[in-house]
Amino acid sequence: MTLAMTNERSVAQAADVLTIKDLKAYYINDLFGVRREVRAVDDISLTVRRNEIYGIAGESSSGKTSLIKTIAGAIRPPMRVVGGEVRFDFGGKHIDVYAEPGKMKAARWQNLSYIMQGSMSVLNPVRRIKHAFNNFAFRHMGLDRTAFRARVESHLQRLGLDPNVLEAFPHQLSGGMRQRVTIALATVCEPEFIIADEPTTALDVLVQQDVLGLIKEVQERLGSSVVFVTHDMSVHAAITDRLAIMYAGRLAEEGPTQAMFDTPQHPYTAHLIASLPRIGDTATRKSLAGKPPSLANPPTGCRFHPRCPIAIDRCSREVPDMLPSAIGGRVACFRAGEVSVK
Amino acid sequence: MTMLLELDHVTKRYPVGGLFSRQSITAVSDVSFALDAGRPEIFAIVGESGSGKSTMAKMVLGNEVPDGGRLVFDGVDIATIRGRDAREAFMAKVQPVFQNPFEAFNPLTPVDAYLFATAHRFCGANDQASKEGLTDRALQRVGLSLAEIKGRFSHELSGGQLQRVAVARALIPAPKLIVADEPVSMVDASLRMSIVNLFRALRDELKVSIIYITHDLATAYYISDRVIIMRSGEVVESGDARAVLDNPRNAYSIALKNAVLPPDPKAAAAAIRDRRILNRADAGAA
Repeated sequence: MTLAMTNERSVAQAADVLTIKDLKAYYINDLFGVRREVRAVDDISLTVRRNEIYGIAGESSSGKTSLIKTIAGAIRPPMRVVGGEVRFDFGGKHIDVYAEPGKMKAARWQNLSYIMQGSMSVLNPVRRIKHAFNNFAFRHMGLDRTAFRARVESHLQRLGLDPNVLEAFPHQLSGGMRQRVTIALATVCEPEFIIADEPTTALDVLVQQDVLGLIKEVQERLGSSVVFVTHDMSVHAAITDRLAIMYAGRLAEEGPTQAMFDTPQHPYTAHLIASLPRIGDTATRKSLAGKPPSLANPPTGCRFHPRCPIAIDRCSREVPDMLPSAIGGRVACFRAGEVSVK
Repeated sequence: MTMLLELDHVTKRYPVGGLFSRQSITAVSDVSFALDAGRPEIFAIVGESGSGKSTMAKMVLGNEVPDGGRLVFDGVDIATIRGRDAREAFMAKVQPVFQNPFEAFNPLTPVDAYLFATAHRFCGANDQASKEGLTDRALQRVGLSLAEIKGRFSHELSGGQLQRVAVARALIPAPKLIVADEPVSMVDASLRMSIVNLFRALRDELKVSIIYITHDLATAYYISDRVIIMRSGEVVESGDARAVLDNPRNAYSIALKNAVLPPDPKAAAAAIRDRRILNRADAGAA
């Protein structure tokens, strides 16, 4: 029954579920008259389609967490949205996150949910797991206690978890198990849009595959859209349909995952892919010179130019626009497509 | 042939439970291997969480005493080291690099203080000039310089830089062995290779042996000479890194190798799909 419902839903609405236009969100500090801006999200436009897994890659302090916080409408001062808009379309219900903040409250959890990185910091260590479900999901479901409990149990079973975990304390579960519980928690209301922030980074390889498989399975069953954030390119290779690469608060490249791994257009993408170690290959991998730029004082022009192996004069003066790329995506580089992985 | 480090049937048990339900879990069980003093190498210990690989690191560093067997470093049983001088002489030869550089350095202390303290303690550098000289030389080795680091706090440096500072600190007393416990798992993918390449350079240029502890088979394959694969405290497979990882024989080693996501979308997606089918079959059987 669930499957039929899902199909109906995905056929009926083929449009984009999330549209971001020229979004700018800065951390603004005003200390004794000295204004300091950290441009964590700087002029980003993107769309996420229904029923796809959209990956966001980038190193720490590239602004990827700031971006998804802005998408979820979960920002606090000193961070502020300076310009642009974030629009959701949940089954015909339009929400402009920053123009009408009141509407967001109703949509949370029901339409939009969040899988966090640190499962231990999501689950209260001194309360049983069922408390987390009651606390987060109960009021969004509109069911009575018994029906809610039955619904949670059947949901856990479908995800391959024993319903007995509801009676356990977080410390009694392993890291992988806890992460699975937070995935169950985030998907129990069957949201159309799920944000996953580094859900597998703290896990070891065997558990990581299970958790990725679980996310994929949930996504396929619900037909929802997932924004998947991680710095690990091999995780993106495994799970995402489209991929965006962030560098210093801006998008460097966006495109279909397979095509980006085959023929990356941006030199930064090419570097990220080329530096992945593979079993069966001991050829020396080059590492990028220099360090990630400070967002408080970013380089002029293209922000990647001080570390770019093929930078030209123009790169330090002008900011490249996001233009359609040869592989059906978009890329911001004056010399797009001139480096190869092999 | 002299041995730098020799582990002879080492076992470590930890007590668990309360006063009336005393039990023990075996973290490391009957592990033996040896590192040759004349031939520096990168020795990888691979396993998932809970396999006892961090306990191994603690024992090699002398922070934990084994319950059975012996660890002999440079002809001396580590468990018999007594007194401050002997202890410091041992510490100067065996140095650690930890997993998370943001936790290894106190955020309220400038990172150079750690380097100066190490130079003072292990190299007898008493005046500022000799401390700075030793520190700068170690930092140059890892591709940094004292001018870049001086007076900086850990939050002002990137994870990759900070991890290189941690390696530089370990290099100051000119150690013979570096124990690196998951040194790249908290470092960004783009900076990971710079750390891994650094270990290779240390082995080749400074002739330092490195025990590289990780759960990531791909980097282990990339840099290590020999490898042991551990599961719940026991060594399930060991030998030449390339030979073992190209053709793992043990079922667990094969599972670990298959869990490494290939850096190609089609193959990686297929790996996830296979794993899901496998899990469903398991669930059905149970």
